[in-house]
Amino acid sequence: MAEPVLQVQGVSKSFGALAASQDVSLDLVPGEIHALIGPNGAGKSTLIQQIAGALRPDAGRIRFMGRDVTQLGIVQRARLGLGRTFQISALAMEHTVLQNALLGALGASGRPYRFLRPALRDPDLRRRAEAALERVGLSEQMWMRTSDLSHGQRRTLEVAVALTLAPRAFVMDEPMAGLGTSGSKRLTGLLDELRHEAPILLVEHDMDAVFALADRISVLVYGRIIATGTVEEIRADPEVRRAYLGEED
Amino acid sequence: MSREGLINLALGLGLLAFPLWAEWAEEPFMITLSTRVAILALAGVGLNLSLGLGGLVSLGHAAFFGIGGYAMGILASHAQSYTPIFEWPLVIEGTKAMPVIWLVAIAAAGLLALAIGALSLRTSGVYFIMITLAFGQMLFYFAVSWPAYGGEDGLSIYVRNAFPGLNTLVPLQFFLIAYALLMAVLGLAALITRSPFGLALDAARQVPVRVETVGIAPYRLRLIAFVISGMITGLAGALYADLNRFVSPAMFNWQTSGEIVILVILGGTARLFGPVAGAAFFVALEHLLGGVSDYWRIYLGLVLLAVVLFARGGIVGTLAGREAADG
Repeated sequence: MAEPVLQVQGVSKSFGALAASQDVSLDLVPGEIHALIGPNGAGKSTLIQQIAGALRPDAGRIRFMGRDVTQLGIVQRARLGLGRTFQISALAMEHTVLQNALLGALGASGRPYRFLRPALRDPDLRRRAEAALERVGLSEQMWMRTSDLSHGQRRTLEVAVALTLAPRAFVMDEPMAGLGTSGSKRLTGLLDELRHEAPILLVEHDMDAVFALADRISVLVYGRIIATGTVEEIRADPEVRRAYLGEED
Repeated sequence: MSREGLINLALGLGLLAFPLWAEWAEEPFMITLSTRVAILALAGVGLNLSLGLGGLVSLGHAAFFGIGGYAMGILASHAQSYTPIFEWPLVIEGTKAMPVIWLVAIAAAGLLALAIGALSLRTSGVYFIMITLAFGQMLFYFAVSWPAYGGEDGLSIYVRNAFPGLNTLVPLQFFLIAYALLMAVLGLAALITRSPFGLALDAARQVPVRVETVGIAPYRLRLIAFVISGMITGLAGALYADLNRFVSPAMFNWQTSGEIVILVILGGTARLFGPVAGAAFFVALEHLLGGVSDYWRIYLGLVLLAVVLFARGGIVGTLAGREAADG
């Protein structure tokens, strides 16, 4: 197996008496989609926030691209190539779709402190932003105000902004949340292609999508990973069935 | 041209036409009022960069307005008394040259904004408002208690400072200087708003976490915006002192900060020409109602209340409708 891009090593995080992450370890290797599943309140979001740099773990380490990034913030991790999407769309609602994509391209360029040439007329930024929008099928909505987009289009724009970063790893927090069947199918197709550009750590409730996409699945329950394995292994795991898939036997 | 473009054009031309009419009608006081509008608008354009685009509600912009005023006052008072400002380690003389005074005012306001911004931008919301207010008041009390430059009484400058080739004591000529600077700074503000930096700053106001997630630090964006904002307001302060030929601690007072905030909100937050509309409205109200009653600010308060409750976009926003999406 190739050298992991992202490694979470023995990470723990508590809020008072609530242990949101307990000695969590997982990794993400090139070319894979690693799904993280678990019931509500299992600590998935807390774990994602620690991976993204929004929260510092109480113990343990996070390595990304061969570096220990445990002490780095969101900005520095993004610059190292971590492309994150949010469970609840975090987009500039007053901006157009294109402007949101341009912001990503601007971040990727590493030179945001430019004051004179309009962002819309910068050919490099435009090319990068439009390519990402094209890729997710939002080219026609380019000039629409983001607040006028449908929920599904916003979810897709989230992915497009992450794409403009050309990240070394994606961390996606429930990208399918609230999507209809057809939207969810399209996004599944897109993620399926994306894994070859950068591996994806995918938090998702949509089990059809998870079983269709995941190379590996980790199951988080009460802040602990109770199992990691292929789709077949997870489906067959009795502890997972009891704790999560809700089957009694 | 968009509707907002037309409104901007009308505001820009109107502000030029009014003093020209006053010159023809031999109403020099009206020219002075127009100059006041241009200078307050300039201060507002400065604040609008941090308040409108950056979402940073500063209640301390009087600090920059005042330091610009005192930069002018200190330089000009030494020049008029022929005493150097420093004699050691090297001799620095005062000056009556406007361009030099402007550069000193801009530099001083920029440094002050860097110091105030570096500390206060670590907070947000109501704490940011309070910290900027506190810094402004610190400078106010410092100016009051600094006898070298007039203390409470302020400093009078007997002859307006000079600009090469112009007679600045002629009201229309001084107006044109202020107007030209306002237009130049509006042009700069338009460029900044559309630039990559402006895009990121505006996004950081809406969703800071998004900006972080693409690898840009909102703190740095805001600090740069705050410094540019302070420099513009500092320039306006130097001009304002020159208009009155008088500098006093009142320029540092929180009431000054409040007035700059009010004129930006009245005109239309984040609208390029909002401060121009706001300043014109403010000065017109002050002139028309100030004659009727000493308590004209009661009416200003009512207008402000109406704008905040019913016309959030201010004058320009209400007339122009929703911002053009490709702005």
